[in-house]
Amino acid sequence: MEHVKPRSAAAEALRALWARPHIRACLIVVVLYLLIAVAGYFHLLPDADAALGGSQDPPSWHLATLLGTDILGRSVLWRVIAGAQTAVTIGLATTVLAVPFGTALGLAAGYFGGWLDAVINWVYSVVVSVPDILLITAISYAMGKGLSSMCVAIAATSWVGIMRLVRGEVLKHKDSDYVLAARSLGAGSRRIMFSEILPNVVHVAIVTSSLVLLASVKAEVILTYLGLGIQDGASWGLLITGASQDLTNDIWGPLVGTVTAMFLLIYSLSAIGDALRDVLDPRVA
Amino acid sequence: MGAYIVRRLLQAVPTVLGVALLTFLLFDAFGADPVRTALGNHATPEAMANLRHQWGLDQSLPLQFVDFLRQIVTFDYGRSFVTGEDLGTQIKAGALVSLSVTVPPFVFGGIVNVALALFIARHRDGIVDRASRVLFIAAMSVSALVYVLALQYLLAFKLDWFPINGYEGGWAAVKYLGLPWLIQLLLLMGPDIRLYRTLFLADINADYVRTARSKGAGEARVLFRHVLPNAWIPIITQNVTTIPFLILGSFLMERFFSIPGIGNLTIAALSRGDLPILKAVTVLGALALVLFNLLNDLLYAFADPRVRLS
Repeated sequence: MEHVKPRSAAAEALRALWARPHIRACLIVVVLYLLIAVAGYFHLLPDADAALGGSQDPPSWHLATLLGTDILGRSVLWRVIAGAQTAVTIGLATTVLAVPFGTALGLAAGYFGGWLDAVINWVYSVVVSVPDILLITAISYAMGKGLSSMCVAIAATSWVGIMRLVRGEVLKHKDSDYVLAARSLGAGSRRIMFSEILPNVVHVAIVTSSLVLLASVKAEVILTYLGLGIQDGASWGLLITGASQDLTNDIWGPLVGTVTAMFLLIYSLSAIGDALRDVLDPRVA
Repeated sequence: MGAYIVRRLLQAVPTVLGVALLTFLLFDAFGADPVRTALGNHATPEAMANLRHQWGLDQSLPLQFVDFLRQIVTFDYGRSFVTGEDLGTQIKAGALVSLSVTVPPFVFGGIVNVALALFIARHRDGIVDRASRVLFIAAMSVSALVYVLALQYLLAFKLDWFPINGYEGGWAAVKYLGLPWLIQLLLLMGPDIRLYRTLFLADINADYVRTARSKGAGEARVLFRHVLPNAWIPIITQNVTTIPFLILGSFLMERFFSIPGIGNLTIAALSRGDLPILKAVTVLGALALVLFNLLNDLLYAFADPRVRLS
């Protein structure tokens, strides 16, 4: 008799994604960026702050100066790669702040209803009423400018959408037969919420995660340009902002390098996000 | 209808109170001390106490909050900490400039993008549809800042079609606004057309369209008499809720091209710790959003007879 191994939903989804060559390439790109970030934290990346040559050397066929050097003689390529580490950090930090928070509140509001639902919806209505850019401005004033306050600010504008989606899904599921069955077997609230309902609504949170991730990487560039984001160090926002001056001197290295690096990550994340929605949402499939 | 409007306005009260509380907490309770920002690190305690008194910051936080609520209700936001100017005048002037930056591309882009989306949806899975789908995803993977940079470099710096940046009042503004308008038109295309295409597709495949076709309705009649009137509703929804953001202006455009709208006003106020401006813009932005959401719901009910105002 053939033995059938039980497979988890996550493994199933990953297998389905891997089966598409286009998405497979995108997954590899994202994993590469993750590796770059991890390598950066273990100090395995080349030093982006070291002066390697003269000020604004043109590109050459050495890897370090493939995109030339910046005004302080630092390798533009190393700075783009260090910027990738910053981008991945921002993306992950924002997602880790916003998605569990939004999911937990959506689950609680949908499942318990009553005054808890009213309070959570009030907070929701307050936060969505403030235009995103103004909420981000206010948070950066309260917390000071910089990477961590920017992540909190972007997360503060992102959790509301997730909360609303998860709440809606929970409302659909909470009176369904399988929940009734679990309840009649004596399952408590905690068990029903986390073991029964959560696995059936978590796809909403996962699909949204990929969107939050890419939105926060894009937001960093704009916020940093506006002076609300990264203040120093290596980031794609700072590189593109600096490129504004470089263009008038016919220096293209920083802009081309950053746009390419960013394009690969954002494109891969949006393709994976679209594919995840197809794979995870039972109604689409 | 009247009772519905009144009830919706009453429901907005706790939301606006919450916005006021959030704004006050972030700026007054947790934010940096504006007196310190204005006077620097070497100010004498007397000078600081004086300024604190002058700005009304020596009162207790609850009293300051009550005063803030009074400002919200009376639409009198007082004066800027830094320039001493009346905020009402400043914000009105900034809002008009912001609107002149954002409204033309919003209106023109809206019309063009609806038309293009209708065409693409009509020829679903055709060459234009498939090419544009890939193109838009690719185009949207590049930061908006890059488009601004590249187009300024090409059209203003290299080709000299537009001034590099700057602003003048009156009709002379058009000369400076041309490039920001063009950039916004391009930036709107991807997200707009993708959204409208999805909306049209939902209707093009609907049963009533098949019925119309089977009754012998021509292609033009199907699109303009059947699909478009139904798809209008979500399009209205999308656009009405965007209007408050038009008043807010595009922070990026204003900053990049030195246009003195609300965005520039806010960013400048942030670096100077000019709390009255920041708080007023935040609350007014939220009020506009709440109002336009209400307006949107009313239009929705008006456009779609199935929506009952309960």
